[in-house]
Amino acid sequence: MEGQSVEELLAKAERDEAEKLQRITVHKELELEFDLGNLLASDRNPPTGLRRAGATPEAELQALARDNTQLLINQLWQLPTERVEEALVARLPEPTTRLPREKPVPRPRPLTRWQQFARLKGIRPKKKTNLVWDEVSGQWRRRWGYQRARDDTKEWLIEVPGGADPLEDQFAKRIQAKKERVAKNELNRLRNLARAHKMQVPSAAGLHPTGHQSKEELGRAMQVAKVSTASVGRFQERLPKEKTPRGSGKKRKFQPLFGDFAAEKKSQLELLRVMNSKKPQLDVTRATNKQMREEDQEEAAKRRKMSQKSKRKGGRQGPGGKRKGAPPSQGGKRNRALGGRMNSGPPPLGGKRKGGQHRGGKRRK
Amino acid sequence: MRPLTEEETRVMFEKIAKYIGENLQLLVDRPDGTYCFRLHNDRVYYVSEKILKLAANISGDKLVSLGTCFGKFTKTHKFRLHVTALDYLAPYAKGFGVAAKSTQDCRKVDPMAIVVFHQADIGEYVRHEETLT
Repeated sequence: MEGQSVEELLAKAERDEAEKLQRITVHKELELEFDLGNLLASDRNPPTGLRRAGATPEAELQALARDNTQLLINQLWQLPTERVEEALVARLPEPTTRLPREKPVPRPRPLTRWQQFARLKGIRPKKKTNLVWDEVSGQWRRRWGYQRARDDTKEWLIEVPGGADPLEDQFAKRIQAKKERVAKNELNRLRNLARAHKMQVPSAAGLHPTGHQSKEELGRAMQVAKVSTASVGRFQERLPKEKTPRGSGKKRKFQPLFGDFAAEKKSQLELLRVMNSKKPQLDVTRATNKQMREEDQEEAAKRRKMSQKSKRKGGRQGPGGKRKGAPPSQGGKRNRALGGRMNSGPPPLGGKRKGGQHRGGKRRK
Repeated sequence: MRPLTEEETRVMFEKIAKYIGENLQLLVDRPDGTYCFRLHNDRVYYVSEKILKLAANISGDKLVSLGTCFGKFTKTHKFRLHVTALDYLAPYAKGFGVAAKSTQDCRKVDPMAIVVFHQADIGEYVRHEETLT
């Protein structure tokens, strides 16, 4: 009995082994091509089995897949293994198949301003050495960059140049100049970048007449030209059928919807307090305008009297001379009047609030 | 929807002050919550902070009203007070109406002359139908 069971066990073991081998070994006419770096197995055997299956090849497909995967796994088991943090890992070789591009080919970048200039002039980059001999430190130093050979910001002694202010800090001046150069370089780099990506660069792009400007560019150029007069475009005539440009005024800015509620309350209470107080508040702007108007009237009256007097006396110089002399004195008086009034009024906040908006009458700056 | 500008606030306060005088600061500064005035489509709404935060989630063109409408600004930026403000103005109201004659004239005028105009909205004669003859 025992012998039989032992025999049976052995036979069973043998059968199991055979089955396993059967499962593991796969017979293929043509060997598969393996690219273990990409975990790829290419089967070049002709698919006769699939063709024979006809309409429902699922079973055959599954068998084919199982066989090919088995072969791939067999190959993977043959790779050298190593231990990485308590896990047995097979080291894959380098992939041999070249995969196609994921993204399209990058288009050529536009040349930077320097590159355009160099190309135009035929300037080619001169080959320069990386290190330069620095006398001061007695060693080979970089041409530019960290601890470079000739760094004028690192000098410990600077003589004050002949024409400079003796109290000026020459060291700070050099550091400032360096900062400005760096900033300028950065600006140019960003501009080149913006040009490469065709980003919006606020510039006078369309304002120079080239002959191939778009309609929008021409419109913008025309608007800018119209506003570039001494009166900031106030007296420029329009063409017969030209329409007024919409939206050319300043956009009004309002307080945010959820501003500071406490501040809003405070300003409203202040407004109420001003309203309720029986004393009338001095409106500074209105007061100054009134004063200026009165002074102008006085000046005009005086001039008329002088011109009458000199006409009687004779001579054409009188009115001309008075006319020439008037504007500077007018300006001077205006300034003095402003100064006087400003000191006597309430703090500017109150004044501005009352007279902030345009309210009839001329408003002179 | 936006808060009122200084000018708009001033115009509105002047109008409301004609009815409730200095008690207006009790409307601005309330002990039971933060209330504020907001302008939406030329109408002024008196709304608590809580409701305002909820109303901010509705897009402007779909928002019809919020809180209590106090009145509206006309095309020429004058403030017109609406009857919907009555609930808030009534507790603080002063007096009967607008004086028809100046203080000096009031003393000299005959007993039957009209001295005060009682300003009311269009629906008051309907509301007080029983009391009016």
